[in-house]
Amino acid sequence: MITFDHVTKIYEGDVKAVDDVAFTVEKGDICVLLGPSGCGKTTLLRMVNRLESITEGEIRINGKSNRDLDTIELRRSIGYVIQSNGLFPNMTIEENVTVVPSLLGWDRKKKRERYHTLMELVGLDPAEYRKRYPHELSGGQQQRVGVARALAADPPVMLMDEPFGALDPITRERLQDEFIQIQREVKKTILFVSHDIDEAIKMGNKIVLMRDGKIMQHDTPSEILVHPKNEFVSRFVGKDRAIKNLSLHTVEDLQKEIGLGDINETIQDTKTVNIHQDLRNTLSTLMNQEAEQVIVTDDHGEKLGTVTIDHVQRYLHLEIREKAPVSTEG
Amino acid sequence: MTWFQEWIEFLNVNLPLIVDLTVEHVALVGLAILVAILIGVPLGIYLTTNEYLASTILQAASIMMTIPSIALFGVMIPLLSIINKGIGFVPAFIALVLYSQLPIIRNTYTAIKNVDPGVRDAAIGLGMKTVQRLFRVEIPNAMPVIMAGIRTAVVMNIGIGVIAAFIGAGGLGVMIVQGIVRTDQYLIVTGSIAVSLLAIIADVLLGSVQKWLTPKGLETNS
Ligand SMILES: Nc1ncnc2c1ncn2[C@@H]1O[C@H](COP(=O)(O)OP(=O)(O)OP(=O)(O)O)[C@@H](O)[C@H]1O
Ligand SMILES: [Mg+2]
Repeated sequence: MITFDHVTKIYEGDVKAVDDVAFTVEKGDICVLLGPSGCGKTTLLRMVNRLESITEGEIRINGKSNRDLDTIELRRSIGYVIQSNGLFPNMTIEENVTVVPSLLGWDRKKKRERYHTLMELVGLDPAEYRKRYPHELSGGQQQRVGVARALAADPPVMLMDEPFGALDPITRERLQDEFIQIQREVKKTILFVSHDIDEAIKMGNKIVLMRDGKIMQHDTPSEILVHPKNEFVSRFVGKDRAIKNLSLHTVEDLQKEIGLGDINETIQDTKTVNIHQDLRNTLSTLMNQEAEQVIVTDDHGEKLGTVTIDHVQRYLHLEIREKAPVSTEG
Repeated sequence: MTWFQEWIEFLNVNLPLIVDLTVEHVALVGLAILVAILIGVPLGIYLTTNEYLASTILQAASIMMTIPSIALFGVMIPLLSIINKGIGFVPAFIALVLYSQLPIIRNTYTAIKNVDPGVRDAAIGLGMKTVQRLFRVEIPNAMPVIMAGIRTAVVMNIGIGVIAAFIGAGGLGVMIVQGIVRTDQYLIVTGSIAVSLLAIIADVLLGSVQKWLTPKGLETNS
């Protein structure tokens, strides 16, 4: 658990980068710090492991102020991943991954075992990469190694500053998916910086939306999409927030609310989607095919019914138009 | 006898002298470089933490370089005469140490400064202490550039070491100086060739040392 207790950061020259920020990241959650460039996300993150000093207020990790802990120990107990991956060019992949265990004085055997576990966790072959160097890896592979390195000493808390920001969209999405899987296994308490609303919706249990160092809204992704607290939030979320919201719902949710359509056997060439597929992807499947319906199947491939664009529209209406307050935007 | 045959004859007779002078030359330059590294590398590293001092010292070292070596020796004679060391090994040694400072300090300073900020940030963020960061990350990554500076200093000093003969510090310069005084072309040619060969050999040797000290992961970038 990480608690920000009215934290303020003023840089030299009176730049107020973070302004009286208070919120808590629950144990095992991913909290995404979201906001436009320069709003203070990185500064807030770096105050947690004391890469930046705190001007006012306090940051507590599991109830203990990070000021009372030894800086070096504190940092070793927090996983840290940055956009430019920061792998050490002079070290092999194995040395990179086990750098914190080395600092902590683990023995060789324990480090080797940990290296294997971590590489498998992030989907890289341990033997193949052991003796390789960072520059021999692709951007996506380097970022995976960066994640493995941060997890090495099994820190309860992770700080991730736009970890997938420098990757191409396809690789980024794949790493996001993989990381969600990893998080299911490791259950870390994570502070995750992003300036991409889609990434925030996808990765976050909670989102802290910031502007000029202040919190604009601290909520679950769907609350932020459905009930933006103010003009800034709804503008940041974008006019297509209804569509974005679809990625938070699955075909199963739709089935529960309005039910599926009947299967019309005469229509040929219909694609199928899994019942757990999110509605955003389902909608694009629908729009990218000739037939106006897709067949919904369960995990065993059993056909359950069909979905049409009309279904999605009705569900959208129900979920967003009716649950959201009347929007003032045009 | 042709000129060339006579020269071979000359080499034959004077081989012990040539060897002695070469050893003297190598000792002078080697010792000066060793001391220069012990001063220059730590100083270059320290300067990365003190911007103000960095510009002052780098400027002073640049000015140092522009002073002709013969003038520097000239200045040192009266100064060191106070402790009765006006001529000989000591002033030559001090001059060579001073001349080596610019390439060594500047390259060390620049190389450490140029370590990728993301890499440095990660080192600090993962909990390395200052010394650990320096020895595990910054110095290894700066090594190729630091070594290049040392290489420059060595080659330069082998050349400047010739002038040291004028103030009685010995070395291969002795042959050239005496050759000029006695208008003996064999002495001049032999001395010059020996100095050039020494510089080339030192450069090649240091090139392999540089390669050996460069971390494998950096090889394609350097
Ligand atoms: N070391 C520093 N000294 C002075 N001002 C700084 C420093 N670091 C950041 N700032 C300022 O603090 C503010 C917040 O910066 P910060 O890097 O936290 O923003 P950010 O939200 O991470 O932005 P981005 O999305 O571009 O990474 C900015 O106005 C920035 O100029
Ligand atoms: Mg940032």
